[in-house]
Amino acid sequence: MSFIVKPKVAHPKLPRNELGLTVRDYEGGMSTLCAGCGHDSITGAIMQAVFELSIPPHRLAKLSGIGCSSKTPAYFASASHGFNSVHGRMPSVATGANAANGELHFIGVSGDGDTLSIGFGQFSHAVRRNLNMLYVIENNGVYGLTKGQFSASADVGSKAKKGEANQQPPIDPCLTVLAMGGSFVARSFSGDKEQLVPLLKAGLKHRGFALIDVISPCVTFNDHEGSTKSYQFTRQHYHPAIYADFVPPSAEIRAEYEAGKAMPVKMHDGTEIVLRKVDPGYDPTDRAAAYSYLHQHQAKGEIVTGLLYIDEQKPDMHELAKTPDEPLGVMDFSKLCPGQSGLDKLMGRMR
Amino acid sequence: MKPTDTSNPDYFHKVVDCQWACPAHTDVPGYIRLIAQGRYTDAYLLNRESNVFPGILGRVCDRPCEPACRRTRVEDKPVAICRLKRVAADLTEDYTHGLPKVPEKKNGKKIACVGAGTASLTVANDLMPLGYEVVIYEALATTGGLMRTNIPAFRLPASVLDQEINDILAMGVDLRLNSPVKSMKALLDEGYDAVFVGSGAPKGKNLDLPGRYESDRVHIGIDWLESVAFDHIDSIGERVLIIGVGNTAMDCCRTSLRLGAKDVKVMARKPRQFFKASDWELEDAEEENVEIVINHSPKAFVVKDGKLVGMTFDKMHYEVDERGKITEEKLLGEEFFPCDDVVLAIGQENAFPWIERDLGIEFDKWDVPVVDEKTFECTRSGVFFGGDAAFGPKNIIWAVEHGHQAAISIHRYCMGESLTERVPDGMNLASSKMGIHEWSYSNAYNPAERRLMPHVSLKERFQQLNIEVELGFTPEQAAEEVERCLNCDIQTVFTEKLCIECDACIDICPVDCLTITHNGDEHELRGRLTAPAENGEQDLYVSGPLPQTGRVMVKDEDLCVHCGLCAERCPTAAWDMQKFTLERPKAADQFPADPVPALARTGT
Repeated sequence: MSFIVKPKVAHPKLPRNELGLTVRDYEGGMSTLCAGCGHDSITGAIMQAVFELSIPPHRLAKLSGIGCSSKTPAYFASASHGFNSVHGRMPSVATGANAANGELHFIGVSGDGDTLSIGFGQFSHAVRRNLNMLYVIENNGVYGLTKGQFSASADVGSKAKKGEANQQPPIDPCLTVLAMGGSFVARSFSGDKEQLVPLLKAGLKHRGFALIDVISPCVTFNDHEGSTKSYQFTRQHYHPAIYADFVPPSAEIRAEYEAGKAMPVKMHDGTEIVLRKVDPGYDPTDRAAAYSYLHQHQAKGEIVTGLLYIDEQKPDMHELAKTPDEPLGVMDFSKLCPGQSGLDKLMGRMR
Repeated sequence: MKPTDTSNPDYFHKVVDCQWACPAHTDVPGYIRLIAQGRYTDAYLLNRESNVFPGILGRVCDRPCEPACRRTRVEDKPVAICRLKRVAADLTEDYTHGLPKVPEKKNGKKIACVGAGTASLTVANDLMPLGYEVVIYEALATTGGLMRTNIPAFRLPASVLDQEINDILAMGVDLRLNSPVKSMKALLDEGYDAVFVGSGAPKGKNLDLPGRYESDRVHIGIDWLESVAFDHIDSIGERVLIIGVGNTAMDCCRTSLRLGAKDVKVMARKPRQFFKASDWELEDAEEENVEIVINHSPKAFVVKDGKLVGMTFDKMHYEVDERGKITEEKLLGEEFFPCDDVVLAIGQENAFPWIERDLGIEFDKWDVPVVDEKTFECTRSGVFFGGDAAFGPKNIIWAVEHGHQAAISIHRYCMGESLTERVPDGMNLASSKMGIHEWSYSNAYNPAERRLMPHVSLKERFQQLNIEVELGFTPEQAAEEVERCLNCDIQTVFTEKLCIECDACIDICPVDCLTITHNGDEHELRGRLTAPAENGEQDLYVSGPLPQTGRVMVKDEDLCVHCGLCAERCPTAAWDMQKFTLERPKAADQFPADPVPALARTGT
């Protein structure tokens, strides 16, 4: 943390988005995390992504649970909606918010503890419902707030700061979501904004549950030798499989891509992302292939990153539940509350 | 790009834009910080180390530092550097303990200085503490040169001049007033070990147009100002035309108003963007209701019955291209302006009628002596020039720097050492880290606007010629203004081997001046940084390959506000904020055996 706040003074030539805002307009409060925390870098990437998509701050909702990661929504987009919920219960709150107003962009920020331990059940059901949200796991393999115990994502053999090695097998969120039928699975690294920002944009544009598992080193408790979630280890075992280039509707695409390596994907709102494949044989729309690719490379000790799987056709929660698109807050009152006679009718159906 | 070589003092010196722009390289952020701490005396003495005349320069310096100030790149107005210098001079307590000490035992060398102006006084200031005997010959009955004769007392009071000049004379300078040097040959024959010529550029330019000599109401600006300064002239006609629009013209028009003129017009040949006067001097004149008339080229003086009645001008029109150059001029007609007096302020030049041309002192085609730009020696060894006498009219702060450099040359010359192998600039870097998030400087950016200088009211100021118009900042105003300084001397220093590329510095930087990226050539690199680096005059600070990815850290020095957040957010202290101190050698620093090196005295 710092004693002074980030000065309001800015570079006079800062780019502006379609709304005339600069990335500085998407800032939040000063971070109180440790200096060098990967989470702060992810916060920076989220601000950049939201800025580049020209999302008006008031059309964005940030939700989180408990943990270092879950503090971060306070550090970006201070003009947006926010909800800091109970430990591991963010998916329920997000479900409720999304049910009431499906028109907002939802970003859930969670950690490996909040998601894979206490919140694992909640997380699974948000995936299962294909809740339309971007779900970012800031994954550092360690409980930073309680001084460095192994979390559920710590690899076998990864060493704690004091030297003991982890014995229990990790839960891999990407494999988990692939297995549960998730519609958007990506992995990235806090130290690689060039990859992360387009992924965040694609995740925000995806209709359905977009999981991005971001390796985010804990600079205080898990950045030492022997850790498999350190900056250095992650960089040494980094294996980008697919780059996702977000293409705004107005831009011309494909010209510069090598044949066979580029794969355009039409998003629900008409925008397009182009997936650039490092391995031309990889098919990010084939769930089984994606699962086995991930598995194989994991066995080799590689951290596969990029947009690993995408299915734009899968219906999201609203479509499945046949609930109206219109936010409840602006819905005509008679429609929202059909009155005693409406209630009687409904009750009658239950008898 | 190759990794930036920060071992050369010039690199970090250049980051301190004000200090780099100052001819004497005054440690501006250093003294501003002392003022912030209420240490006015130390601030005065730190100023004096490099510019010798803080009280004088705090009022009338040409301020090359202010247009250079980094603050102008993030908001409109620079820090009021010059005014803060005056604060140090106004509020200093007795500083005599900090003045250079003069040894009782002299070194047996005797130096003659011609003219008792800025340059000669600086030479004396630098050489007296080394044991030299310095004789200053002055044609007039008083010291100060153009500082006294050409700068009106309402801008620079005589008491300020007297005090700062006396500090130097009190070292034991042999001052000979009313002693014009009429012959260089005779002076050289007196056997001085070295001679310094600091006689200024005392000749005002004339305007030889029809009618010029038919009236005695056409005055040469600098001569006229001198006559006013010495009370030989105490009135002027009601309508005055000033020809020329430089700083001397501004002094002439404002002086006219104080001698009884009611209608003063400054006549400029060209449009405003070509004016030579500093913006603030123009503002001060216009505040006093001086009218500045543009695009009028003088044609003739109109004299009727032996009396000056006015001047005719050619009315001009100029076509200016986008680069600001005049591409075409058109004559629109003639215009007559009535007046009672005309003051010519169109420049001044050097004149050396007293230097014989057979002494080995070479003169160039403009009839000015050939002087080396580094050593200030002319073509005759042992004879040095400085101030306006060296390269024509500049300003006071340049004359001070000439004096320092000439003093180094004279000292080396007298000690039989090479004039060119001078001691180079050095530097000191010291971390300003005090605690985890504490720095030994005020690192938060203060958005305050520039303080306005309080002036004596228009009604009051014309009552007497010597009422100083600017009142100076109060300690409270100074306390606010100092916080606007961006502390550019607290350098961001990067140690690449410590960097883990966590991006924390890049995310926190308020002005987006940091980037980690793959290396490239400068032009290409400038185009793909976090924010465009379009100011080519400001360097890129490029690291060597970073340990984890081999990419490089690039800092665009242009807009950094030195808030230290990159260093605060750095988990490995790869970034540090380090106080840069320029060690600029003076005459006293040339030889280790000399008694008191000036650099050792800088007590900050």
